[in-house]
Amino acid sequence: MKLVDSYEFLERLRDLIYSLLELRDRAAEEGLEIVPLRRETPLVRYGVVSTLKGGVIMDVTSEEQAGIAEDAGAVGVMVLDKLPYDVRAAGGVARTADLNVVLRVMESVGIPVSAKCRIGHAEEARLLESVGVDLIDESEVLTPVDEKNHIDKWSFRVPFVNGARSLPEALRRVYEGASMMRTKGEAGTGNVAEAVKHMKLVNRDIATLRGYLLSGDYEAVWYYSKENRVPYELALLTARLGRLPVVNFAAGGIATPADAALMMWLGSDGVFVGSGVFKSQDPESRARAIVLATSLYDDPETVVEAQRMVSERAAMVGIDVRTLKPEQLMQVRGE
Amino acid sequence: MVRVGVLSLQGSFLEHVEMLREVGAEAVAVRRAADLGGLDGLVVPGGEPTALASLVRARGLEDSIRELVGSGVPTMGTGAGSVLLAKRVVGAGRAERAVLGLMDVAIVGSALGRRASSFVAELDLEGVGRVRAAFLRSPAIAEAWGSARVLAYADYPGLGRLGAAALQGSLLALTFHPELTRERRVYGFFLSMVKR
Repeated sequence: MKLVDSYEFLERLRDLIYSLLELRDRAAEEGLEIVPLRRETPLVRYGVVSTLKGGVIMDVTSEEQAGIAEDAGAVGVMVLDKLPYDVRAAGGVARTADLNVVLRVMESVGIPVSAKCRIGHAEEARLLESVGVDLIDESEVLTPVDEKNHIDKWSFRVPFVNGARSLPEALRRVYEGASMMRTKGEAGTGNVAEAVKHMKLVNRDIATLRGYLLSGDYEAVWYYSKENRVPYELALLTARLGRLPVVNFAAGGIATPADAALMMWLGSDGVFVGSGVFKSQDPESRARAIVLATSLYDDPETVVEAQRMVSERAAMVGIDVRTLKPEQLMQVRGE
Repeated sequence: MVRVGVLSLQGSFLEHVEMLREVGAEAVAVRRAADLGGLDGLVVPGGEPTALASLVRARGLEDSIRELVGSGVPTMGTGAGSVLLAKRVVGAGRAERAVLGLMDVAIVGSALGRRASSFVAELDLEGVGRVRAAFLRSPAIAEAWGSARVLAYADYPGLGRLGAAALQGSLLALTFHPELTRERRVYGFFLSMVKR
């Protein structure tokens, strides 16, 4: 089975969900108009995201930082008001970035521009869609506004990326219309440990599901989907593909080229770097080095060269996740 | 079986590998100059043009790819891959300039604006027929000269009717992504160039 098959499957799934909604609306005679979605189809969204594979998306807070990221060969930038490390330090409520800054970054660089909205904050997402960003991250780094629900991402024309700590969480987001996934890790810590944990958990569940399929045990796939609150069709699709049905990046604590290469070895399609670049003392060379190590992770010479482009003394000071209080953890927001 | 390399630095290279295998070619990932040996064809997939360009330069792959193309190995660039093949890049942002400079075409980079440049359209591709084409932040062919010939046109929102495919000898540039609409016939067309 091929990755493109899953894009087509998910597109049909969207159509099914919407046809059910239309039937419901007709029955209720409410006359509600279903959001028109023909112009930018799901395939376009999965496709745009698929061209990011092997690349690095960097968190930035200004045009200057966005310029550094573009020159370093990043495939995109993520505009924030504060870097995750500073969000953690500042406390309080973290919201979407200043739209004026988002617009200035969009004018200053040619690479895709993403921005974060709060979990469940559909209006922030609509604003970002209107100003024309290329990708929206419904992110646990910002303060969630809805503890129970995520945004209905099928109703948007712009692709969304969501974070996940496990396969069921990832498949729930895909079912809600996410075009791309990433690990949650623990943002703003400069500590890749949680991202490693989340990626391995996802991989193990995929291997388990694939094992059920290869041994013909569909009942176990069914049981898995019931136990873990994921749609059976998506569990089966994942088992058949042997990977997540959408592009999956690593995120949360990546600070060095070696961190990026490690996450690629674990099966990531690419990497988000949050505080790792611009909280370091050597952002320009570190950005270039992480781009190299992500794309050519399986070439030892390149990774050595990349790692030598940065100095460990210039790396951001990390935070041991075990020293964080439960209420300081961002990864538990929105399951 | 023909052996086709897929430049796998950044972009939708996985889907290209899947499609090439589907049409019966042996697909191999190309990441280093050494991987270019023994290839019957090469695919330069679309990704982010600036990222692709900087990775190709950082690994010093320009000369090896030029040499391969010079020796007559058919090469297909799709999406941003077509920008890499072009001799002239128009409406360029700071990092957009000719990278491999192989084809006599002028390509408008990501001057189409952002999401507006992403759409799916049907177009008539000379030598193939009607195909479904996914344009994803896609460039457009503004001009072709010398022996380069435009094979297909598309209506780009806000830009009008511009080239979407061009052929010059053993070089094929597609501004769209045939790997995402599973256009097997486009791969068949490319493989016929490889087998010739």
